[in-house]
Amino acid sequence: MSDKKQNAIPQTVPVQSSTFSQTVNAEIRRAAATGIYDIRGGGAKRKVPHFDDLLFLGASISRYPLEGYREKCETKVTLGTRFAKNPIEIDIPITIAGMSFGSLSGGAKEALGRGASMAGTSTTTGDGGMTVEERGHSSKLVYQYLPSRYGMNPDDLRKADAIEVVVGQGAKPGGGGMLLGQKISDRVAKMRNLPKGIDQRSACRHPDWTGPDDLEIKILELREITGWRVPIYVKVGGARPYFDTTLAVKAGADVVVLDGMQGGTAATQDVFIEHVGQPILACIREAVRALQDLDMHREVQLIVSGGVRNGADVAKCMALGADAVSIGTAALIALGDNDPRWEAEYQKLGTTAGAYDDWHEGKDPAGITTQDPELMKRFDPVEGGRRLNNYLKVMTLEAQTIARACGKSHVHNLEPEDLCALTLEAAAMAKVPLAGTDWWPGKPGTSY
Amino acid sequence: MEKLDLQALGLRALNEKLQNQTDETNQKDWEIINPRGSHAIAVGVDAPINVTVRGSTGYYCGGMNKQAHIHVDGSAGPGVAENMMSGTVTIDGDASQYAGATGHGGTLVIKGNAASRCGISMKGIDIVVHGNIGHMSAFMAQSGNLVVCGDAGDALGDSIYEARLFVRGAVKSLGADCIEKEMRPEHLDILRDLLEKAGCDAKPEEFKRYGSARQLYNFKIDNAY
Repeated sequence: MSDKKQNAIPQTVPVQSSTFSQTVNAEIRRAAATGIYDIRGGGAKRKVPHFDDLLFLGASISRYPLEGYREKCETKVTLGTRFAKNPIEIDIPITIAGMSFGSLSGGAKEALGRGASMAGTSTTTGDGGMTVEERGHSSKLVYQYLPSRYGMNPDDLRKADAIEVVVGQGAKPGGGGMLLGQKISDRVAKMRNLPKGIDQRSACRHPDWTGPDDLEIKILELREITGWRVPIYVKVGGARPYFDTTLAVKAGADVVVLDGMQGGTAATQDVFIEHVGQPILACIREAVRALQDLDMHREVQLIVSGGVRNGADVAKCMALGADAVSIGTAALIALGDNDPRWEAEYQKLGTTAGAYDDWHEGKDPAGITTQDPELMKRFDPVEGGRRLNNYLKVMTLEAQTIARACGKSHVHNLEPEDLCALTLEAAAMAKVPLAGTDWWPGKPGTSY
Repeated sequence: MEKLDLQALGLRALNEKLQNQTDETNQKDWEIINPRGSHAIAVGVDAPINVTVRGSTGYYCGGMNKQAHIHVDGSAGPGVAENMMSGTVTIDGDASQYAGATGHGGTLVIKGNAASRCGISMKGIDIVVHGNIGHMSAFMAQSGNLVVCGDAGDALGDSIYEARLFVRGAVKSLGADCIEKEMRPEHLDILRDLLEKAGCDAKPEEFKRYGSARQLYNFKIDNAY
C-alpha cells in the first residue's frame, strides 16, 4: 500500500437527507416529468399512532376473566335502532365498507357479498350504484347515497337494507371520488351515465343540500321514500369527529360511520391521502364523547374504520366505545389483493406485492381492482367469498378471546379502563393511561 | 279527484297513500291542500297519477318521481324533482336552488324563475324554465336538456359533460369547459318539442346552444418522456 493511500484524509460518508429522501426526490422527478400529481389507491401509508400503540390489561386479581373457549361472549350488533322500523342485525361487529363497482370488478363485489353473508354481516355499495351481483349475494346490503348520485334510483333505494349518506371518507375528507378512464368500461359508463373512457371525477359535496339543517331534510326525504323502514347511516371522514358526529345525530342519523385517514380509497391524489384527515385512533373517543354529550351513545350506533386489520383492532375499537367496525383494504387482501403469488406481475408493473396501489390503472394482476375481462377471469368469487368468511371468523374469534380475557360477556362491554397506551401520542388520542401510569395528556384534573 | 289535507293527514300518511298507487290504479287524480311549505311532499311516487299541490312546497317536492304528473300551484323550495326518473313536475311559480338536481329522466317545467344550481349534475332529465336561472346551473350536467327562456347567471354549465343547454337570453358567464355550440337542425327539433311540451311560445331559433368543449374529460399528462 502506498504512503499516499495510507495517509489519505478520511472522507465524509454520503448522507441522504431526511427531508429530501430518495422517495421524496423520486416523486419530484416524476412530477417534473409528467405534470400531474400522483394518483393512487389505498389509505395513508405514513406511520401514524394506531391500535398497535394500545394494549389490553387483561384480568387480574381485581378483574375476573371468562373461560377462554367455552363461556359465552356475544358479538351480535343491532344497527339503526333509533328510527328505522327494520334495524339491521349482524352477527359480528365487523361490516364491509363501501367499495364501488367500477373500482372493483363484478366478481370482487360478488365475493364480498358471499363472504359477508356467510359471516352474518353486511356489505356496502360504493359510488356507481347497486349491481345485481352484490344485491344477489349480500344478505344485508347498505346502499351508499353519494354526491355523484351515479346509478341512484328509488327502486334500488328500496331494495337496500340501509342507506348510508356519504359526506366524506377518511382517505380524503373534503374530496370527491375518482375513477380513471381505463376502468370506465361500457357497463360502468352506462351505470354512471358518462362517456366511456373519461377520467371521471365525482363531486366532493352533495348537489342538493348544504349543511346540517339541509341534511336533516334530506334524511326526511329518504325516510319518506323508503317508508321509514331502513336505517339511515351518515358517513364522515376523520376531520372534526366531535362536531361531525354531533351534527349527524342532530340531522337524524341512526348510525354514524367514522372513517380515519388509513381508510382506503379506489383512487385519489397521494397528497390528499397522506396530508388530510386524522388517524382513526384520534377520532373514536371524540365521536363517543359527542354521543355521550347528546345522551345518544348506543342509541345511535357508531361504526369506525380506517386500518382495522385483526381481532385486536376490533376489540380496541369496541373498548373505545364503537359499536362495530368496517373493513375495506383488509377485506381486499383477504380476497387476494397484493398477494405474493402475483409477484412477477407486480414487478412488471414496477412495484411489489404489498405495495401495489395503482388500482386506478385497472391492471390488477389479482383481478380484483380491474374491469379488464382477462384479468377478472383470474378471480374466483366463490373462493374469494370463502376466504373472506374465514378471515371475518378469525377476527371475531380474536376479539372474543380478548374480551373474555378482560372478563366481558359481550364485546361491547369492553371499556377504556381495559386499555393502556405505549406512547404519549396514543395515550392522548385514545384517552387511556400511558402504560405504567394512571395519566394521559389532557386527563381531566391534571394541569399539564 | 281525491283530496288530501296535508295538515290533517300528516306527511307520512299522505306520501304512503300516493306511494301505494300502482300502474293499474283507478284513482288517477289527487289534490293536496294546505302544503304550507312542507318538505318532501309527493316523493317516491311510482304510478301514472296526477297530483296537484294547492300552494307552495318546501324542499324536495316530487323527489325521485317515477311516472306521476305533479303540478305545484305555487312555488317550490330547494331540490324540486331531485333525481326524477320519469313523469313530469310542473311549478307554476318560482323554484329555489337545485331544481331538477341529478334527474335521470322525465320533464321539469318551471313557469317562473329558478335559483342557483338548476339542473346540477342532471343525468337525462329535461328542464324547461320560462324565466331566468341562477348561477352555477347545469354544473357537472351529464345528459338531458336544460332550456332557459330568460337569462342565465354566472358559470353556466361548469364542468359539463354531454347535457345540452339552450338559452334564449343573456348568459352572464360560462363555466369551465362550457362553450357555445352550433345549433343544428336536430337541436331545433329537440327544442321545439320541449317548448311545446312546456307550454312556452318562444321560438327555437331565438335560442343559443351551449355544451361541453370536452377539454376536461381526461387529465393532461406530459408524455414527452
